[in-house]
Amino acid sequence: MSLDSPKEHAIELVGIDKKFGTVHANKNINLTVAKGSIHGIIGENGAGKSTLMSILYGFYQADHGEIRISGKPVTIRDSQAAIAAGIGMVHQHFMLVENFTVLENVMLGAEGGQLLAKGVASARKELKRLEDDYGLEVDPDAVIEELPVGSQQRVEILKALYRGADILILDEPTGVLTPPEADHLFKVLRVLRDQGKTIILITHKLREIMAITDTVSVMRRGEMVATRKTAETTVEELAELMVGRRVLLRVEKGAANPGGVLMSVRNLTVKDSRGVTMVDDVSFDVRAGEIVGIAGVAGNGQSELLEAIAGIRKPSSGEIFIDGKPVAGVDPAGLRDLGLAHIPEDRHHMGLVLKFEEYENSILGYHRDPRYGRGPLLDLEAMRKDAEEKIGKYDIRPPNPRLRTANFSGGNQQKIVVAREIERDPKMLIIGQPTRGVDIGAIEFIHKRIIEMRDASKAVLLVSVELDEIRSLSDRILVMFAGKIVGEKSGEAGEQTLGLMMAGIAA
Amino acid sequence: MTTASVPLPAWINYGLIPLLNLVLAFFFSGLVVWAIGESPFEALQLLLIGALGRGEGIGFTLFYTTSFIFTGLSVAVAIHAGLFNIGSEGQAYLGGLGAALVALAMDRYVPWYVTMPFAVIGAALFGAACAAIPAWLQAKRGSHIVITTIMFNFIVSSLMNYMLVRVLIVPGKMAPETRTFLPGGQLPKLDWLIAMFGGKIGAAPLNFSFLIALIMCFLVWVLIWRTKLGYEMRTLGISPTAASYAGIRYSKIVMITMLISGGLAGMMALNPVMGASARLQIEFVGGAGFVGIAVSLMGRNHPAGIILAALLFGILYQGGAELSFDMPGITRDMIVVIQGMVILFAGALEYMLRPSIVRLYQQLTGK
Ligand SMILES: Nc1ncnc2c1ncn2[C@@H]1O[C@H](COP(=O)(O)OP(=O)(O)OP(=O)(O)O)[C@@H](O)[C@H]1O
Ligand SMILES: [Mg+2]
Repeated sequence: MSLDSPKEHAIELVGIDKKFGTVHANKNINLTVAKGSIHGIIGENGAGKSTLMSILYGFYQADHGEIRISGKPVTIRDSQAAIAAGIGMVHQHFMLVENFTVLENVMLGAEGGQLLAKGVASARKELKRLEDDYGLEVDPDAVIEELPVGSQQRVEILKALYRGADILILDEPTGVLTPPEADHLFKVLRVLRDQGKTIILITHKLREIMAITDTVSVMRRGEMVATRKTAETTVEELAELMVGRRVLLRVEKGAANPGGVLMSVRNLTVKDSRGVTMVDDVSFDVRAGEIVGIAGVAGNGQSELLEAIAGIRKPSSGEIFIDGKPVAGVDPAGLRDLGLAHIPEDRHHMGLVLKFEEYENSILGYHRDPRYGRGPLLDLEAMRKDAEEKIGKYDIRPPNPRLRTANFSGGNQQKIVVAREIERDPKMLIIGQPTRGVDIGAIEFIHKRIIEMRDASKAVLLVSVELDEIRSLSDRILVMFAGKIVGEKSGEAGEQTLGLMMAGIAA
Repeated sequence: MTTASVPLPAWINYGLIPLLNLVLAFFFSGLVVWAIGESPFEALQLLLIGALGRGEGIGFTLFYTTSFIFTGLSVAVAIHAGLFNIGSEGQAYLGGLGAALVALAMDRYVPWYVTMPFAVIGAALFGAACAAIPAWLQAKRGSHIVITTIMFNFIVSSLMNYMLVRVLIVPGKMAPETRTFLPGGQLPKLDWLIAMFGGKIGAAPLNFSFLIALIMCFLVWVLIWRTKLGYEMRTLGISPTAASYAGIRYSKIVMITMLISGGLAGMMALNPVMGASARLQIEFVGGAGFVGIAVSLMGRNHPAGIILAALLFGILYQGGAELSFDMPGITRDMIVVIQGMVILFAGALEYMLRPSIVRLYQQLTGK
């Protein structure tokens, strides 16, 4: 790589600076990305990664600084300008029309001409070519909502390529993918790179950085602190660069000391809204002082199981007992009163109201509690004080309870939810994907809290698609496949064994 | 992602953009006036003088404003819970029946200030009753509230026809209306309010219900932003999934919200029925329920914004009436066109200018 000739630079960011009020999200950032490379960007939650990419994609305007594409300075005022400059972005939350087909989605906004038929024919040809060239197979006539997430993401990539993108930005693309889907994505990204495309990849998973990037840059508190050739660095070094201290990549926990059964599920069957059985005759117990992990590939009924226990989804048969009391059919408010806390999988749709200010979210579900206001009134003063305490204790950044929740970075949003649920000191805690989109420092922190809950004799039920997370936290592991519990292993079970069980091959 | 999600400072969002929308609306209305051969500037001048020039004009303007505040609040409360209540018109109409029954029953025996609280409750109850069935259908059966509330506007209209023509009409009279309430069933004029600013109220029907409207603005503000119920309503309105996660019961909130919304619409009847004409008349709502939708939209569903937007529509109503009186070329229908322009630009095309303003803002501030 001759990094000296500007022609070889797909992107150069020079002195990019961006403030949101008092938050200095990007401080004088310089970044060069070589043409035809995969460039990773890592950094703690709120370090400014998404902001930087949003500036590159025209969603925000930098206060200062210059963007150069292939050596030429450009002004990118909005996403149209970004597309014109050959930049495509795959958003973490897909921007697809759910009831359109793949082809219709790819064409949307680039129909070409007034008559649809002609455009459709040529789009179909072009799509076919892109699929063949890059190994991005999806059925052009499939309807989006019927496709698995991994395929939906491929459609997002196809959309960008269809618009002629030479530079592809992916912001935490693997957060929602199952491991095989993530492998597939990486295969595609390698092909794209080998064909001369430039790729910027943001992720919190250092393993992915090591596996696929050529170069990696590290951001910390708005600054670009280091850039390394991936081949010349290690996970440990990167972790330290990110957080500024050594990080435990694996949690330390003592032996469990389980007590009596606090939560038990008997012959539970749950159907989804279309009537398909998602949880099929499931029974298990969770005792005080233990963490039971549910492993499984996403979409095998874990989400529905959690929602049924949390009272959000009505089971079609079976019973759930809390402290020996039958609670199937009790609503989430009633369950909270019984001491059940729930960290939901989907923080954007369930755990948070993104348009609320932070302090409003920090009482969601507990808003009837007299400590947040007597009688029918809310005591904003008390709410904000409470929120400030949690912000301090969980190091939520920026420490501003009046900021709109949508303006917090992804990982900090997760901390808002975790803080709210754990600080209630519940008797039982059910958790879905506790560290999705969360940086390694915060993962360490959240994992410690979860283990503290266990050691304080709480019953913890954990669902995660991250096998590592399940293995490092759980005292017992239940494997779920096609709605059934297909086996139980101790927390020390090997990755291989679990992997096979998750695929429904061995029990 | 486009300019739609680029954040702008509040003074642009809530000040500059509505103002520019208004200017545009007046500009196009001016074109229409000019096209029929009248002077737009003279027309604007006549309109403003008609609405704000004299004490009596102001009294009329604030009278209309009062009605629009009530219906605007009604629409806004529902919107905060994610419900689009198009039935304020019918709810106000039925509210009139509630107010009138109270006035007819009490006006002989007690002074107005004793009747008033009962009339407020009566109007609110009847308005709420009118919203109850659509609310129940939405909460329990999933029938869309927009459709059912529209249907109820027609049902109430027929019901009121029947009541006024058959039941409440004064025997021997031709007009389908109740008898005139005695002073014990009337709301006093606010002549002292106009006098405070050195004007004379004249024949203007501005009355005590204006103050009730302002009190309701405050109470709605408290409800939405300072109570647990308001918190639950807003949660449901923004994110139904987060509401179900939080244990906020959908059907309960839908019912309560619609009852409050219908109650506020019902109170609108106090203004014309007990304040202005001192009797219940046919079709007395006269479209104020629908104007409430525009008022709420323009006022960004906030009581303070609703007061301003209601005032604007009050000015248009009163000034427009004067204008069509003074300028023979401009008919009543022309005034409707002008009001339509304001609704179009300030309500429906609210975001038309936004992208260009975002551009401009970025160029001026960023680099
Ligand atoms: N629109 C906004 N208004 C105010 N502050 C914002 C806004 N957008 C981002 N911020 C703040 O800027 C900082 C950087 O946020 P950014 O989303 O870029 O972080 P990130 O590195 O992508 O983090 P994560 O890994 O958690 O996604 C954060 O402190 C965030 O709260
Ligand atoms: Mg981010």
